[in-house]
Amino acid sequence: MAYLKKSPWLLHYDASSCNGCDIEVLACLTPLYDVERFGIINTGNPKHADVFVITGGINEMNRQVVKNIYAQIPDPKVVVAVGVCATSGGVFRECYNIAGGVDQVIPVDVYVPGCAARPESIIDGIVTALGILEEKRTKMKEQEGSA
Amino acid sequence: MKEEEEPITTIAPDDLLDKVRAYDDAGFRLVQISCTKIEETFEITYCFDQDYRLDSLRLHVPIGTTIPSISGIYWGAFIYENEMHDFFGVEVAGINVDYKGNLLKTAKKYPFSNVTFRGEVTCRKK
Amino acid sequence: MSKEIVIPFGPQHPVLPEPIHLDLVIEDEKVKEALPSIGYVHRGLETLVEKREFPEYVYIAERICGICSFIHGATYCQAVETLMNVEVPERALYLRTIWSEYSRLHSHLLWLGLFADGMGFENLFMDAWRLREHVLDDLEATTGGRVIQGSCKVGGVRRDIDAAKLDEMSNGLDGFRGELADLVDVFLNDSSVRSRLKNVGVLSKHDAYADGAVGPVLRASGVASDARMLGYAAYGNLHFKPVVEEGCDCYARCAVRAKEMYASIDLIKEAVQKIPDGPIEVKVTGKPDGEYFARAEQPRGEVVHYVKGNGTRHLARHRVRTPTITNVPPMVKMLAGCELADVPVIVLSIDPCIGCCER
Repeated sequence: MAYLKKSPWLLHYDASSCNGCDIEVLACLTPLYDVERFGIINTGNPKHADVFVITGGINEMNRQVVKNIYAQIPDPKVVVAVGVCATSGGVFRECYNIAGGVDQVIPVDVYVPGCAARPESIIDGIVTALGILEEKRTKMKEQEGSA
Repeated sequence: MKEEEEPITTIAPDDLLDKVRAYDDAGFRLVQISCTKIEETFEITYCFDQDYRLDSLRLHVPIGTTIPSISGIYWGAFIYENEMHDFFGVEVAGINVDYKGNLLKTAKKYPFSNVTFRGEVTCRKK
Repeated sequence: MSKEIVIPFGPQHPVLPEPIHLDLVIEDEKVKEALPSIGYVHRGLETLVEKREFPEYVYIAERICGICSFIHGATYCQAVETLMNVEVPERALYLRTIWSEYSRLHSHLLWLGLFADGMGFENLFMDAWRLREHVLDDLEATTGGRVIQGSCKVGGVRRDIDAAKLDEMSNGLDGFRGELADLVDVFLNDSSVRSRLKNVGVLSKHDAYADGAVGPVLRASGVASDARMLGYAAYGNLHFKPVVEEGCDCYARCAVRAKEMYASIDLIKEAVQKIPDGPIEVKVTGKPDGEYFARAEQPRGEVVHYVKGNGTRHLARHRVRTPTITNVPPMVKMLAGCELADVPVIVLSIDPCIGCCER
């Protein structure tokens, strides 16, 4: 991908994490890494978002919250699971209150490894997600055209 | 490593309120309330601090006993008492802010009184 | 004519990176009552002592929270070492102190940034986080991790810092102090910041002490209480005085944290001068038995790690009483009577760390 055609907005939700990954997601937005220069903006409103960035595993309390937020994001959308807890439950995988990774409740497009995930890998994951977003958009257009 | 003196006094549940009031009158602050399940009893520890000295009161109560709330003396105690109820199922009577088991919503009721791990019991459907 | 309504605040709320839910009972614009409910990030990690042996459990203890992770790990180690009568080498204790103070710097800068964001001062948020990267660089260079360090173990520490690096860190803090002064000046002297914070979320000295507030919340209400005065790790050998403010409001809480960063810089520089040579760990054999409450000062206040051994490689019980959970009742008190628009600032003023709070 040589350049970005759109300014993707992302929504961040902290599921059951230790918040190490959350502060690294925020660090991506601040001066050293500064993803805002690419037009990437962290929004608080799911209906404005294209990319759903989620950290931490799923537990009983947030299962429905995650599903709700996902349902509210308009298509096309991509989900990025940041950190090992979001991919599999991580060190907490055996805890009674953890249901596992994010893919237990919603489809995940990109898995970002790390505990805590580094800002570089988070940015890399989001850039990968943007490619998938473009593919989904193209596919949506084709379907609209053929319908 | 230097070990500080941390005296723990075991008391009867009936004496709890009087003893706690004595700590309050002496100017101690409440540090925490914790619970440990040992076989069929709960070991409940109330910690107080003054000038960096940690004093503790301890109760041993069989499962199913209702203990009195100390939130009438230390207002902020409600957070620990509700937590203890939600984790262990310890019944606490007369909490000033009683969540009735809704402070912490967990995957199963009273998780710490019968510890299990994921994969050992059947999961709820996805 | 007024009518009571209940406004839900959170769990997914733009002002907090972490989920907390509050039910705010509102009459006109005034908050009458606030009822917090938690559990969105509860994992139940204390039960994992049954699955992990006590030396491995350090990794879990560190992941109670990603912001105060180093101090959680160190306090857990301190608790187990006391149970097992382990004599930790002096150098390891100094290294723990240095890393603890770096953690405090990074946590306070993170908080100042989020607090500025909560006030709608985005520029200041960015500036605080830019400065925080300096601290993270040093943490990463010496431990390998930015936010989760993993450098503490039962019996000592995993990594040493050589003399040249220690000097470089100490010298680097001089320039850092200058930049910090520019940042703190805005927080303490800017008129719009003052007007947002002064006399907002007042917690009297009596209430703070009686309701169990700890850390900067307690010290901002005029009580000189800081667990570092216990002299754990190397604090007993260093010169240190708790930072106290008398204002009892959000401004005072902001001032305590801002001024504590200078105290941390002084502590690090003193520790770098006094650090003795020697080994950084001892071999730990045996199985923990007995019980102990270890206390330490987190950036958010006093933390208590309770461990109870039963003579096996697995602990019988580990309980953490984190500073955030004990600051929740005082927060409820601060919120009663405030204006709805001040709620985010007041909630942030206790520096809530939900990961810690719910474990």
